[in-house]
Amino acid sequence: MTNAVRKPLATETAPSRRARFDPANVGFAVAILVLVVFASVATDTFLTARNIVSISRQIVTNGFLSLGMLVVVLTGGIDLSVGSILAFAGLLATGLQQQMPFPAAILIALLIGLAVGLLNGFIIAQFRLQPFIVTLATMGSLRGLLYVYSATPKYPIDPLFRSLLGGGFIGPLPVPALLLLLAAPVVWFYLNHTTSGRAVYAIGVNQEAVRLAGIDVHRHLLAAYGISGLLAALAGVLLASRLGIAQPSVGIGYELDAIAAVVIGGGILGGGGGTVAGVAGGVLALAMVDNVLNLFNVESYYQQFLKGLIILVAVLARRKKD
Amino acid sequence: MAALSVNNVSKTYDGNPALRNVSFTVDSGRVLAVCGENGAGKSTLIKILSGAVQPEAGEIALAGKPVAIRDPRNAIELGIRTVYQELSLLPHISVAENILLGKMPHRRLNWWVDWPRAYVVAADELAGFGFDRIDVRALVSELSVSEQQVVEIAKALAGQPKILILDEPTSILSARETGILFGKVRKLTAAGIIVIYISHRLEEIFEISDEVIVLKDGVNVLAAKTENLTRDALIHAMVGRSLAAIYPTRIARPRATLLECRSLCRAGVFKDVNFSVRAGEIVGMFGLVGSGRTDVARALFGATPATSGQILVSGAPVAVTRPADAIANGIAFVTEDRKRDGLALDLSVLDNGGLASMDRVSRRGVLNRKLQHKIVEAKLDALAVRPRGVSRAVRQLSGGNQQKVVLAKWLLLDHTRIFIFDEPTRGVDIATKVEIYRMMADLVSAESAVLLISSEMPEAIGMSDRLLIMRSGRIVAALERSELSMERVFALAVGVEIDRMTA
Repeated sequence: MTNAVRKPLATETAPSRRARFDPANVGFAVAILVLVVFASVATDTFLTARNIVSISRQIVTNGFLSLGMLVVVLTGGIDLSVGSILAFAGLLATGLQQQMPFPAAILIALLIGLAVGLLNGFIIAQFRLQPFIVTLATMGSLRGLLYVYSATPKYPIDPLFRSLLGGGFIGPLPVPALLLLLAAPVVWFYLNHTTSGRAVYAIGVNQEAVRLAGIDVHRHLLAAYGISGLLAALAGVLLASRLGIAQPSVGIGYELDAIAAVVIGGGILGGGGGTVAGVAGGVLALAMVDNVLNLFNVESYYQQFLKGLIILVAVLARRKKD
Repeated sequence: MAALSVNNVSKTYDGNPALRNVSFTVDSGRVLAVCGENGAGKSTLIKILSGAVQPEAGEIALAGKPVAIRDPRNAIELGIRTVYQELSLLPHISVAENILLGKMPHRRLNWWVDWPRAYVVAADELAGFGFDRIDVRALVSELSVSEQQVVEIAKALAGQPKILILDEPTSILSARETGILFGKVRKLTAAGIIVIYISHRLEEIFEISDEVIVLKDGVNVLAAKTENLTRDALIHAMVGRSLAAIYPTRIARPRATLLECRSLCRAGVFKDVNFSVRAGEIVGMFGLVGSGRTDVARALFGATPATSGQILVSGAPVAVTRPADAIANGIAFVTEDRKRDGLALDLSVLDNGGLASMDRVSRRGVLNRKLQHKIVEAKLDALAVRPRGVSRAVRQLSGGNQQKVVLAKWLLLDHTRIFIFDEPTRGVDIATKVEIYRMMADLVSAESAVLLISSEMPEAIGMSDRLLIMRSGRIVAALERSELSMERVFALAVGVEIDRMTA
């Protein structure tokens, strides 16, 4: 059984860091770089401050969603409800401002996002249901609730809510981008340097071995889906504060972009692979492609087509060769 | 002219030779045993014969006619069927469909599956094997590992092969099932089929094979008729050491009782199980597959808890309803199926080795990775895990070294004093077996208690200070070391079924 997989081990390459040396990653880095150089030379608009801020905005929403998705995918699961959570949190953060100051509204929106995530995790762990189905159900029912809630009339929101968060800058950086730059290392730290994070990796590879090592699998699944829900809610709040309005139809299909970013970055659906660095690359690649095509006025249908191709190429490039 | 001849076959992986100029011939109706330690090239040879990989040089001929075995499908067309050690069954479909995969019986319209007939045909295949108690409508995932093995073999035989390759088929079969398998092998060879048999178990090689080849470092170092071989000569060819050194000699010095169970019961699986294990003692538990031995172990560890009865650790009753309870009470479980229950194969040696002891190297949930790295590495060095280095995926290690990683995982919990080994040497080579036995001996000499569950009788007898024998969910006997003999243990384990065995 084992001699079958015995391969020469002369080189001390570290599998835990394997993703970094994966030729596919180098390929993607080069591709992004080529795209940047090409866009800077071919257009006058690409390297403008305005365009870079615009790219950063595109990155923020998918960035938060993808970080959460990564954690869930590492457990061997998937979270389809992030788009609905995002919309719900945005709606709460704006709508609740009629009853309370906006920081309290934000807090409640985030807590609700966390709660929905924890509920996902609880149902999946407790009843041993498939994450796909459970989060599909959450996605649907939450979207329904959204329309119910948004049927009540809207009032103006606190201007500070817009200027501090979505419209705010610290130095040259938009506030949402800054928050994402803070969140990514936190998730990285969680995954690599906490007992829960290591358990998350191991659960995705062999849940039974983790259980038999005396580790509480339920708790860590709860944590994973909770993190995803919380990050989705944060993305929703930031998006609502940038747009100044929350619409019940926002976020439809966002879960697919997040899954795409995770997969492009080397994540393996079903568990066993994926890094924060990879996800960052995936999010960046998707946003760049969108932006460059926009600058060239390519119709959005072609954009979708191209994104699909990119996902396919990414998965093909990382296919295990044996 | 030989029915199968292999001439000067060579294969290298990434520049490392796995097989070098291997040649042998087999006549129709003969059983060829292929022996060698892990990494000797047995798997590569099987893969070449079954079309999974292509040799770089050399020639394979069937009945004198050279053939190129392009891929597994081609091998099957040529009449070569392989039963791999790693089960290739589809867990979520029925036993019948697995056996008949690709050749389901159909009605006149060839897309309309004839399910009633499929069940009958599949049941016939199993019955021909003496396994009519496996339900062909059951899903494979509902079967035990040994039943799955039987289905796997039935599936290969359903293809009516000319050459049947069995890769360690008995490593998960009980003595009774092995007996039935051998009966079947003899029938096949009587019908002119060649059986290529790979096993670590020397007793079996002498019992079933006509000819033996031994591979060492990819070279065919010995080819002989089995009748002209002695055990010592065979072992010597394989490992360059002799038989006497396999089981470490120890003098049991039992101290205080560490683990005890009273009237332990799991409804429908085992009942009224009473025994104790003392510090400094190896207690063996022997029984056929399905006798409940693994279930008792899983209950002691809380993996599938007992429904009634009492577990005592160092004399105090403890509640064990989940693995964490057992671990907190100093119980470790080295599982039967390393790949399924013991290891996360794609994770690093570090993550696997440190999995159970993360609390020891963390504060408020934050890991000290440096410290973890240090203690895991030190423990692996103490166990002489090869190759060194904790960052490679545990999948890349040999079976014996994987087992050491599992052991290191538990040894890193300082308070662990009760070790339950469930079939620890399944599928590992002799040199590694010796090491695992030595590890057990070291554990008990360091005042730990070992419960060894084994279906390999020489191992159970060779290692146990006391041997519990289970049959049909009960402990039917507890024998002291001086009372142990093959015949006695076997008779107790088989019970009323002894007549069927000798028939």
